Amino acid sequence: MADAAHIPDEAETRARWGGFVFTDENLAKAKTVIARYPEGRQRSAVMPLLDLAQRQVGAETQTQGWLPVPVIEYIAAMLDMPYIRAYEVASFYTMYNLAPVGRFHVQVCGTTPCLLRGSDDVMAACANKGLVKGKTTPDGLFTLTEVECMGNCSNAPMVQINDDNFEDLDYDSTTRILEALAAGESPKAGTQIVGRHTSEPEGGPTTLNAMVDANHDYRGDW
Amino acid sequence: MSLADKDRIFTNVYGFQPWNLKAAQARGDWDNTKDLIAWGQDKLIEEVKASGLRGRGGAGFPTGMKWSFMPKESKDGRPSFLVINADESEPGSCKDREILRHDPHKLIEGALIAGFAMRARAAYIYVRGEYIREAEVLQAAVDEAYEAGLIGKNAAKSGYDFDVFVHRGAGAYICGEETAMIESLEGKKGQPRLKPPFPAGAGLYGCPTTVNNVESIAVVPTILRRGASWFSSFGRENNKGTKLFQISGHVDKPCVVEEAMSIPFRELIEKHCGGIRGGWDNLLAVIPGGSSVPLVPAAQIIDAPMDFDGLKEVGSGLGTAAVIVMDKSTDIVQAISRLSYFYKHESCGQCTPCREGTGWMWRVMERMRTGDADISEIDTLYEVTKQVEGHTICALGDAAAWPIQGLIKHFRPEMERRIVEKQGGGLMEAAE
Repeated sequence: MADAAHIPDEAETRARWGGFVFTDENLAKAKTVIARYPEGRQRSAVMPLLDLAQRQVGAETQTQGWLPVPVIEYIAAMLDMPYIRAYEVASFYTMYNLAPVGRFHVQVCGTTPCLLRGSDDVMAACANKGLVKGKTTPDGLFTLTEVECMGNCSNAPMVQINDDNFEDLDYDSTTRILEALAAGESPKAGTQIVGRHTSEPEGGPTTLNAMVDANHDYRGDW
Repeated sequence: MSLADKDRIFTNVYGFQPWNLKAAQARGDWDNTKDLIAWGQDKLIEEVKASGLRGRGGAGFPTGMKWSFMPKESKDGRPSFLVINADESEPGSCKDREILRHDPHKLIEGALIAGFAMRARAAYIYVRGEYIREAEVLQAAVDEAYEAGLIGKNAAKSGYDFDVFVHRGAGAYICGEETAMIESLEGKKGQPRLKPPFPAGAGLYGCPTTVNNVESIAVVPTILRRGASWFSSFGRENNKGTKLFQISGHVDKPCVVEEAMSIPFRELIEKHCGGIRGGWDNLLAVIPGGSSVPLVPAAQIIDAPMDFDGLKEVGSGLGTAAVIVMDKSTDIVQAISRLSYFYKHESCGQCTPCREGTGWMWRVMERMRTGDADISEIDTLYEVTKQVEGHTICALGDAAAWPIQGLIKHFRPEMERRIVEKQGGGLMEAAE
């Protein structure tokens, strides 16, 4: 917990977020989510609702979003659970930001499979663009975090930026992506190797070649 | 003997074709699911047992047997639940992701059949929070299936009512542990529960629950359609079937690929990954089943069959079949130390040996990496891993201990070399 973020709960935070309510659209979404769980078990919806709230805060602040204390209070009240139980959840899971982040949350995977394939180069490219681990750039554009295995290991190294993964990176492609984002463009997500589709071996699949160009039905060969 | 394309279950694993219902049906999914359900619970479970399918999430528990632990009737009105573990977070693992985003209907159909076989009223698919796009695809596929009447009331016209819900996590490796996953589904911190009671007795909301891995569920419809004997014709005794292997690290072409169980390591790498970077002489070690299993030095892994028993024999395990390959350029101590950091980061903090031990082990591992240690500390480190292992509620403590134990077992001279060098190259001292 030594590296935990400072949790803002000052008068300004309350003044800014004390009146937080879901938009009509998000309220409808919240109701759909709550309906997925048995009656009386609405508390199960706390994780999806915190996510939804964080996204709304993000949309309102033009960032990836975070969870000010009054927003967590709002969710807790909606689900009829004590604030501390909602806060516990918000602080336990890493994807809830308890402090503000930038427009783009650059989450570089640094776990061994990515480390072996050059996540240090990805980090170096970020550093060269002025990103500092655990900090937001002064222009409010980028927040850099080193995260643990993101499950893209056959396409390592990778970075998740907001909702998209950028895979098979090196120094240059990382730089290009950061520059494109800064310029307001939408760089192509997924693998950055030209000609690679997803997780097949680079240069073309060694299996299931009939699937490349047609939706082949193998049942005829059974 | 090599696996033919016609015998691969996940034909759209690379996503060259659309994931949607229409395309999935053209590939054979949801083909008369009603008839399979008409087999009845007992026959379905018997067939899965006979196929030899063992859980694909790491522990390798026989799937059919797990289902048979569920109550045959509810004596007190409690419903049963199926929870599908899509919290794929084990470093090296990236197979469930391909199923979720490219073949989601195999999973949803499997959920219905498995749910019916264990008499569950609903399935919750717990997708790791970071799989944002993957969860979007899965949710869209679930919506499609509802609209087509394949799940929901009178699912696939079978007369059975069954719901499938997608629940996204928010970034916690520990939620891959089944009881932590249940806690998380209930809207709490994902901290594992003490067992017993086991989930089959009291799981989600205190109701009988079975937690299965994505791959274990998604292969079921194909196994039933083709028969248990088809599935069990692949792999060695006790290690049957096909399996999604995920190869990462120092191979020429990392990839995810479905192969027959028990395929020798060398064949797997040569056939699909273009060989080891720099040739076979350049291979240093392999972590064959995701970060939690001990590494295996090159000489022992090259001809080992990639299955549960074959890897156990070389002191490791198949785990999720996440094969992390390391060549001789690897700083092996750093590679393992980074895993120690992972476990420190992911420890839920509930049990003291793990909460304190993972941090301690990582700090010592970092000193081992730089050589800033005393030779005797290698033994101390080993002893501490033994103090953590087996003394925690869940297996995260074990998972943190094993990689370090594997390192000390196979690379102790390298650790000693660093320490000696740091102390000023005391060759005399090293030779004693």
